[in-house]
Amino acid sequence: MNGQTLYPRLEPLFAQVQKPIQYVGGELNSQVKPWDDVAVHWALMYPDAYEVGLPNQGLMILYEVLNERPDALAERTYAVWPDLAGLMREAGVGQFTVDSHRAVADFDVLGVSFATELGYTNLLEALDLAGIPLHAVDRDEDSPVVVAGGHAAFNPEPVADFVDCAVLGDGEQAVGDITDVVKAWKQQGRPGGRVELLARLARVDGVYVPRFYAVSYGPDGAITGVTRTRDDVPATVGKRTVMDLDEWPYPKTPLVPLAESVHERMSVEIFRGCTRGCRFCQAGMITRPVRERTITGIGSMIDQGLRATGYQEVGLLSLSSADHSEIGQLATELADRYEGTNTGLSLPSTRVDAFNVTLANELSRNGRRSGLTFAPEGGSERIRRVINKTVSKEDLIRTVSTAYANGWTQVKLYFMCGLPTETDEDVLEIAELATEVIRAGREASGRKDIRCTVSIGGFVPKPHTPFQWAAQASAETIDHRLRALRAAINADRKIGRSIGMRYHDGKPGVIEGLLSRGDRRVGRVIERVWREGGRFDGWSEHFSFERWTAAAAAELAPLGVDLDWFTTREREEHEVLPWDHLDSGLDKEWLWEDWQEALAGEEVSDCRWTPCYDCGVCPTNGTEIQIGPTGRSLLPLTPVGPGA
Amino acid sequence: MARQPDGPPPPPTVQKLRLRYTKRGPLRFASHRDLARALERALRRAQVPMAFSAGFSPHPKISYVGAAPTGAASEAEYLEIGVTRPCDPEAVRVALDAALPAGIDVVECVEAGQGTGSLADRIDASVWRLELAGVEPAELGSAVAAFLAREEVTVAKRGKNGPVDVDARAAVAAATVAGDPGCAILTVVVRQVTPAVRPDDVVAALAAVADLRPPSPTRAVREAQGRLDDTGRVADPLGPDRLARTHCQGERATV
Repeated sequence: MNGQTLYPRLEPLFAQVQKPIQYVGGELNSQVKPWDDVAVHWALMYPDAYEVGLPNQGLMILYEVLNERPDALAERTYAVWPDLAGLMREAGVGQFTVDSHRAVADFDVLGVSFATELGYTNLLEALDLAGIPLHAVDRDEDSPVVVAGGHAAFNPEPVADFVDCAVLGDGEQAVGDITDVVKAWKQQGRPGGRVELLARLARVDGVYVPRFYAVSYGPDGAITGVTRTRDDVPATVGKRTVMDLDEWPYPKTPLVPLAESVHERMSVEIFRGCTRGCRFCQAGMITRPVRERTITGIGSMIDQGLRATGYQEVGLLSLSSADHSEIGQLATELADRYEGTNTGLSLPSTRVDAFNVTLANELSRNGRRSGLTFAPEGGSERIRRVINKTVSKEDLIRTVSTAYANGWTQVKLYFMCGLPTETDEDVLEIAELATEVIRAGREASGRKDIRCTVSIGGFVPKPHTPFQWAAQASAETIDHRLRALRAAINADRKIGRSIGMRYHDGKPGVIEGLLSRGDRRVGRVIERVWREGGRFDGWSEHFSFERWTAAAAAELAPLGVDLDWFTTREREEHEVLPWDHLDSGLDKEWLWEDWQEALAGEEVSDCRWTPCYDCGVCPTNGTEIQIGPTGRSLLPLTPVGPGA
Repeated sequence: MARQPDGPPPPPTVQKLRLRYTKRGPLRFASHRDLARALERALRRAQVPMAFSAGFSPHPKISYVGAAPTGAASEAEYLEIGVTRPCDPEAVRVALDAALPAGIDVVECVEAGQGTGSLADRIDASVWRLELAGVEPAELGSAVAAFLAREEVTVAKRGKNGPVDVDARAAVAAATVAGDPGCAILTVVVRQVTPAVRPDDVVAALAAVADLRPPSPTRAVREAQGRLDDTGRVADPLGPDRLARTHCQGERATV
């Protein structure tokens, strides 16, 4: 019978593995609904370890939205570590949900959220453990519909063979529409089998069903065209956009794990979308337009969430949180509200801007000031113009030394390496910058124990961005520049000892690049890597570059392409890109012009302040920027906390 | 000179409460760190007026005594908290129990009796109940007899810096066998020594002396903790506090 718990069979296995708590469920605010009470059963997967997947906001939102429906239930499943996977195979127990340990294969829909492409091998492992046929075409009507979501779903072509569909854009409303379609099809007695169900799903706004689109290739290996194979599915698939975030105050009751997770805090999304126009940033391109939650909406989510979780820290989440039109007032009023309650408030990394130091001061008014993070991204002024994240060296040094002067002892600076047009000199400027930051910081703060950490990784060009045509830097280039930077930082020992450097080598970025801009042919590489034991590719102790390059060589050579063709090759203006039939709303011409302007080092301004519809998103999707200020303010309330 | 927080120091502890709680069902897979996190959050949700340490990263005043290992269930875990307002212990118990996940159940809460000494001093032994599925009681009985007849039974356990040898025999104060056909039950009183001898080490010791190898992982439940007396019994560690309270009934505000 479907929906039975596997727990009695799993329990003896849990006794033999590392950190078993991650598999037992029962998190605060988790939900278990009776199987037979609902028409549609969703398993929601984050294809990485529980500690990474549990805090994921997207999955938490959909979990609540679906469970609020009387006709649906949603349970969660995460990638299991190899120790448990081995025992499960021996014992013949399948991939399970943590909520009530039901078999994933019993569910109607398996939704998988891809924040990064490095989760693809974990998808294959989960499908195999679940006993779901790996290839979508081999599944019958009893198999779950495998749906990919998240940012990587804007180019799902590398996993097109393994997923039944992909959802582009915001999921809140799309999951409801999918539920309606599955429910109707089941209640009608499953007319037309699985193919009919997928055809109906393909007509849902934002849902892409790869099997209904055929890809053809030219003799040079490039795509010549993508055509639909049925005329009742759309020629291009658009994205979903949720308007009015105040109407979607999710998660209302965030999940609190017993196990340790990567974020020991509650997050509130203060706005969605970003129009700063940083050219490397896929998130900023595909989530347009900006939609702010109002100050009062944010205030009530924080209040409710803290009461529901007992967390001590709240992160104000978005792509560029200091840009919220009411952020100054929000910071002051939240600091007032939570004074004396041991509640911490924080912003994620911010743009380099003096105002952001003021904000961070205000948010930390009641507590400790330790680390502050800025993201200049590019080492030289020239490269920062190329990526459209302009800040002068003087402003950067002034801002950071202000932070030190205000009692912040550690500043972390995020950079990327391997950006288009970048030279060794652009990267070496990071060392000069860090040195001057420490010098100015010591002077401004009067202390010697301040620290600056340079955090740097290789840039991976992403679909639906102006850099989608760019040649990705090779792993050798990245590693060479990182080594040179390290040497430059260590050259002046008196200053260098105050500077830390954290970096990732260039190899995983190359594979991420293959998976990001790959087409359907890359699916064979993923499958081969998984068959040879590839899992948890986002973890350095599990990632094997050699396994990936060998698999790529073996699978791609017969097709006349190779790893370099997908990564370090610059694309022509009119090359058909694998994701051209997937519409983020951005005009391809606008993206090309922006790419050309990038090469010329020209900036583009933010449409929130200089009205402009050039990128094409608002006219295409019928959306508008939604920003304040609203003129409202937070009323004092009795916050949760000791002494209350 | 390190920066100090502005404002007055945190309010002092005016009362100490001692709690017994459980680790039941799937929650037996929680580690001590998992439990500590869950308890701290639950204390906030339950609005218990916790006392905090001073400084920039204030910590709630909680002391844990002898946590059960990951994978072992328990009916008798103990902790002590400091609060800034006098509280009714039963109200704290009910509120905290409601704020914790099912399986971590707060079963007792008493006010620390004045002059009764520390909680840690009242605990030096555990009573463990081990279920050995697939093992016959008679088989277990002879293994336990062989074990008890030894002066010393050394087993290797995983330590932070590689394997460590411990004497499992010396730590065992008493052991009795019961159970049904197909599932033997071992009740064993184990002294809390360093390095710790855990239920798994006792099972390993039985394998060493009598080649007893249960076909599936042993399920362990800690049934009691307390001070081991000369008769081999383990005393209730909250007994002295309960006794002190009957002599001194004060006015108590609710949480």
